Amino acid sequence: MSSPLLLSGATAILPAAAFHDLFALLRQEGFQPVGPTIRNGHLVLDCLDGPDGLPRGWTTEAEAGRFRLQHRQDTAYWGFNLGQESWKKFLFPARLPVVTAAKHHGAISYAPAANHVPPYAFIGVRACELAAIWIQDRILLSGPVIDPHYAACRQAALIVAVNCTEADDACFCASLGTGPAATAGFDLALTELCGEGGHFFLVQAGSERGERLLAHLPQQPVQEGQWQQAQTLVAAAARSQTRSLATDGLPGLLYDRTEHPQWDDVAARCLSCGNCALVCPTCFCFSMAEETDLENVTASRWRLWDVCHNLDHSYIHGGWLRPSSKARYRQWLTHKLGAWLDQFGCLGCTGCGRCLVWCPAAIDLTAELQALRKFPPKE
Amino acid sequence: MGKRLKVAVWKFASCDGCQLSLLDLEDHLLALADHLDIAYFLEASSAVTPGPYDLSLVEGSITTPADAKRIKRVRQLSKLVVAIGACATAGGIQALRNFADIKEYIPVVYAHPEYIKTLDQSTPIAQHIKVDLELPGCPINKYQLLEAVKALLHGRRPRPASESVCTTCKRQGIICVLVAEGVPCLGPVTETGCGALCPAYHRGCYGCFGPKENPNTSALAACFRRLGVAEADIIRLFRTFNAGAEAFRQESLAHEKNH
Repeated sequence: MSSPLLLSGATAILPAAAFHDLFALLRQEGFQPVGPTIRNGHLVLDCLDGPDGLPRGWTTEAEAGRFRLQHRQDTAYWGFNLGQESWKKFLFPARLPVVTAAKHHGAISYAPAANHVPPYAFIGVRACELAAIWIQDRILLSGPVIDPHYAACRQAALIVAVNCTEADDACFCASLGTGPAATAGFDLALTELCGEGGHFFLVQAGSERGERLLAHLPQQPVQEGQWQQAQTLVAAAARSQTRSLATDGLPGLLYDRTEHPQWDDVAARCLSCGNCALVCPTCFCFSMAEETDLENVTASRWRLWDVCHNLDHSYIHGGWLRPSSKARYRQWLTHKLGAWLDQFGCLGCTGCGRCLVWCPAAIDLTAELQALRKFPPKE
Repeated sequence: MGKRLKVAVWKFASCDGCQLSLLDLEDHLLALADHLDIAYFLEASSAVTPGPYDLSLVEGSITTPADAKRIKRVRQLSKLVVAIGACATAGGIQALRNFADIKEYIPVVYAHPEYIKTLDQSTPIAQHIKVDLELPGCPINKYQLLEAVKALLHGRRPRPASESVCTTCKRQGIICVLVAEGVPCLGPVTETGCGALCPAYHRGCYGCFGPKENPNTSALAACFRRLGVAEADIIRLFRTFNAGAEAFRQESLAHEKNH
């Protein structure tokens, strides 16, 4: 998975002018396209009527603690990288009704919430996000308990991946082998070629469904130069990444350093606001909230995104396991980059960089891990 | 019909906005009337039933010697006391006086300072009597009030809401104004409860619900400095409706030294 080279397989060239046909085809097949768009001046994921809804001609500047949208010189559809929101928004919603209960003549009846899941077509899933979905699949589909909403949404969804041809300052997928090229887990993958040679998408099919869709699109054969151009762009996106996360020694390294002075250092900067975990595309913690009516005869239960940076997340009978910011940040990082490996056989990080971009305090987990690698000075 | 609570609503130094939240529960008022006897609520009715009361909702802060006495009487008359709003839980905007010398400004403001009998500090209710529950906010969230009433009616603990405003922003898909627009925002150190009203409209959080549990105000002030916010403006950010809340008070004082 570490090669930034593109997959071979069913490939074709789709002229940018025919991008509308892909959306029309998806709609015809019953899918609701969702993807990046600009709402109220912000990059979000939302329903798309067609390619005109995409942030065409925009780019992103993302670094630790700072994010900006900027106009581009060209009219590329995919000249931006990640925003705050990930596909978790749809697959593992922030607020989901679970069950309602009603008391009638002393008997209590329960009704599971009927959550309608539309068949989404996720448009513009980046390689690091495919990796995040792969991780959440392991947790929510392959564990002892299956999340029914996730399973239904996942099964119905079609994925159109987009290979990154540029990287943001926050990206470090190349060091984790999760990007910038999509290698698996998609139906179609696009690489955008936008320059003097014209405006095209190199399209690859990653599934039978993708191949079938591709066959219905007004395609052209791939020219040798176009293939080379796509390869070069994606390889450059990998090379341009300045951040990296070295995984050697994990998870033991973190287990051995629970008392490292770096935890105090980061706790002094950490706001315990939970933003890192909330924007993380793999974090899946939740809490349950109940609401009753005034008469106390009906109750509803909701599942809400929760984070280990909240005090109540560590509440057990008699008290809280993690009262300090230090204990909470240590829990988050040690789980993400350590215990996750023991628990799920993979890291909890895909190198998307959201946790460091959307941290108001600009805490960068790659720098924190680097600092933790250094042994504390001997007393 | 089950248990009924005899309720009193008290006003101290405040703007009445939090009391109004009770009347704002329009869709629930009829159902509430089945469970609550409003025995004392001058904002709503001049009819008064004498105490004792099962539940007293107390709005406002203590700013006069007379009120410091009156709040003791409220406690004696009430089984449960719930302090509602930033004035009652942190001293309110009027706690700005705590950073000044009232002897200096009373003669400037009032033609006859001799009529003014006031305390030099605006203090929260819990500083004077035992408070059973505090609902923060300027104003309070009416649904948090409803939840508290439901919990008291049915003998359970009200649902805690100990989270940052950021948690609400992220759950609602509100894009971070601090990170994406460079707007100073108190969200990371502020208790949620408002539904992230201001960030939804590109404004930074004003901290209406006061410090959250474990607020790292100095780390947030460091973020503001990186955004280029001047020390005097950092002081102003922490000195609004919850200026008297300990974490915000300490942070503003720290910047006064640098200013």
